[in-house]
Amino acid sequence: MLAAIVLRRSLMTIVTLFGVAIVVFLLLRVAPGDPIAMMISPGAGPDDVAALRARYGLDAPPLIQFWIWLHGILMGDFGTSISLRLDVLSLLAERLPATLELSGLALALGVFLGGAIAVIATLLRRSFVAGLIDAVNGLLLAVPDFVWALAFVLVLGVLIPVLPLSGRIDPALETTFVTRFYLVENLVSGRLALAGDILRHMAMPSLALALPLAAVIARILKEALAEAMQQDYVLLARVKGFSELRLVLGEALRNAVGPTLALTGVQFTFLIGGTVIVERIFSYPGIGNMAIDAVINRDLPLIQGLVLVFGLMFLVVNLVIDLAVVALNPKLRHG
Amino acid sequence: MTLSRREALGLGAGGVLAGLLAGRARGLAAAGDTLTIAYNVNLPSFDPTVGPSAVNPTIQAIYRSVFDQFIGQKPDLSFEPGLLTAWDWNADRTKIWMDVRQGVTWHDGSPFGPEDIVWSLQRAGKKETGNPIQFTWSTIGNFKVDGNRVTADVLQFDPTIFKWMAFLTGYVLPKAFYEKVGPQGFEKKPVGTGPFMVDAYEGNAFLRLKANPNYWGGKPAFETVVFKFIPDATSRVAEIESGSSDVTLEIPYEEFDRLKLKSGLAGVATPISDIGMIFVNSDGPMQDKNVRLGAHHAIDKQAIVSRLLRGYGVPIDTLEAPEYLAFDPSIKVGYDPDKAKALLAASGYSPDKPIRFTIQTTRGYKPKDYEMIQAIVGMWRKVGIDAQIEVYEIAKHFELRMGHKLAPAAFYNWGNAIADPTTSTGFAMFGPSPHSSWKTPDVDAKIGPLWGEKDEQKRIAGWKAVDRYVAEEGYVIPLLQYAQPIVYKTSLKVTPNKSGALQPTLVAKA
Repeated sequence: MLAAIVLRRSLMTIVTLFGVAIVVFLLLRVAPGDPIAMMISPGAGPDDVAALRARYGLDAPPLIQFWIWLHGILMGDFGTSISLRLDVLSLLAERLPATLELSGLALALGVFLGGAIAVIATLLRRSFVAGLIDAVNGLLLAVPDFVWALAFVLVLGVLIPVLPLSGRIDPALETTFVTRFYLVENLVSGRLALAGDILRHMAMPSLALALPLAAVIARILKEALAEAMQQDYVLLARVKGFSELRLVLGEALRNAVGPTLALTGVQFTFLIGGTVIVERIFSYPGIGNMAIDAVINRDLPLIQGLVLVFGLMFLVVNLVIDLAVVALNPKLRHG
Repeated sequence: MTLSRREALGLGAGGVLAGLLAGRARGLAAAGDTLTIAYNVNLPSFDPTVGPSAVNPTIQAIYRSVFDQFIGQKPDLSFEPGLLTAWDWNADRTKIWMDVRQGVTWHDGSPFGPEDIVWSLQRAGKKETGNPIQFTWSTIGNFKVDGNRVTADVLQFDPTIFKWMAFLTGYVLPKAFYEKVGPQGFEKKPVGTGPFMVDAYEGNAFLRLKANPNYWGGKPAFETVVFKFIPDATSRVAEIESGSSDVTLEIPYEEFDRLKLKSGLAGVATPISDIGMIFVNSDGPMQDKNVRLGAHHAIDKQAIVSRLLRGYGVPIDTLEAPEYLAFDPSIKVGYDPDKAKALLAASGYSPDKPIRFTIQTTRGYKPKDYEMIQAIVGMWRKVGIDAQIEVYEIAKHFELRMGHKLAPAAFYNWGNAIADPTTSTGFAMFGPSPHSSWKTPDVDAKIGPLWGEKDEQKRIAGWKAVDRYVAEEGYVIPLLQYAQPIVYKTSLKVTPNKSGALQPTLVAKA
């Protein structure tokens, strides 16, 4: 059953990505801003403009351009970035791990914080603290990630300067990495001091991304827990003398996780979208930060590659979440 | 010795914690021989001669750290020997000669020589290379090397050719190394002759440079220079305020005024070779001279500088800033709202019956750009101009300008680090240039002969005459010369660069 779902969803992913490719290509061709106009010299004449257009493959009709691009992708060639002058695929491979690590850490933080808030609010649901938690959660929900980012810059970067403000690692560190997954590599290889430095750089951006996600998870999970706590099996457990903590964690949580998990997947895709601004604020060298420069420079091959990668990330995340929901729910698992 | 799972986890957590704390200590200790600059743009490409970044004036400070230009430029915009120690035309200006500096080595240890100069100039002049300034480099050819002297034929006389050798794309690259590694290889391992060598690069994050011990200009003051790429102004303010960076630039003037008063910090704001202006389109309502001049006379530029830019800026009436070669202080347009009203009334317009057109502007691209245009629209309303503001992105501006489709009035900035009138009034006002918005034969006829004028005095006088004519006709509305705010630690001494390029070599220990 799971294999069939994976196969079906994988095929759908390919079709969807093809659709994304068409849409992004067309949108970029009608969007304002000509990359050639941004690099022509003051003394350039029409011949110079035409030569530059030909050099970057922008002189062919859009349909031909699309075919060349698509054919290139199928052959593993995403083209060459106009502004960075490097192969787009290698650029994406270089920057994607940074964003994956950041969003992965933000997801873990969001799940942990959201889960903790929901569990604490459920445990204290009859006290005034529950109202206080609701108010704090409302605040977390209302403030977008980039505002948290700016607030952290001011508070944890300037007022109490305990965390680095920019980058992924301390520029003073003279070290080499085998992979682009700096955090994972250093944790696995036991270079823990270096991993600590990387975590320090990731702390503010990941927390800024995590807080809105945590708020959503907390709200949904809290409601699901409240419903679960009314169920007969919880009542039975209570009669058996289980502690309140055990009731929540051992009995109710397992059944409340399903709907929260599905929503977490959707929210995680928003979180990935949020990396664009948050990476910019913290000068974090991921694909989000690169996307802004690509758009400013109208770097069409790079924008196209980035959009495909973002699209692929969204689709993979949703696929994984769907599979997890199926795996957790026997009714779905057995059709 | 064996470790239990609990002990191993404990040690691991301890190690990470130690890293978290040690990192802080290291950050505080980063001083002495390291200069950290919170820079306002990212470095997209290491090749300073091709692509969009080659013509980005802001990036030149980084390029000048790694590479040398044919000819150097001092912070006051005057020229000095670079990799060329002497240069000139022959008497009839049909040839040029260049003496190449001796005893210079590339960062990889290989010797630099005249063949690198020739190859760099030839490569820049070929269309297929993609050098945006190819039109200038292609005006010389048939290079010959004799000892350390390079000569070339002048294929088409360009009075600014040597100035471009100190300006955009005027860099010398290593022939042998570049040919060996190719463009992508060069991007990954750039080699220059400049004062600093590339040590580490993390795109969108930082560039770490090490002092070139063999630099012909003497060893730099700092052993290590770190450019942190921080495009967000708020984050740059935080960088300098928290002590994480030693120098930063291009921050809001309000923050500049606040930070320079803080203990341990100092600030300098110097007018640079960058001006704010309003392009006027030769099609549409601006064909009416009364409207053009009325629009210009109605703007109180001093008020804009004083109130919006907190005094940081210099009002200008031509496209020549005071430091430029063809600056003529006698050309004045002046703020005169009564005259503006009278001019507009002569064409049948008044505050009750205004002329209507669109003015385009960026928002946040330059300091207070949108606010300036808002203020100008307010000033215009009082004299009989009802302008609608349209905000556009800078990429859209370039596209419209190349297609001669800008609105009747369009705000933009214009840099000219070599201070020559060809690169200010020339390219901005000459009709055939893709960068001009005013395209009429009268001004083209005045500019045309100046491109190849061999008599320098006559050439500059000619440009001044063009500037006067443009001002009298109201073909463009120059607004102000920008001042660049730089904030730095008091332990440093910063020499502002009129070109706006904050080069590490201009920063010293106090």
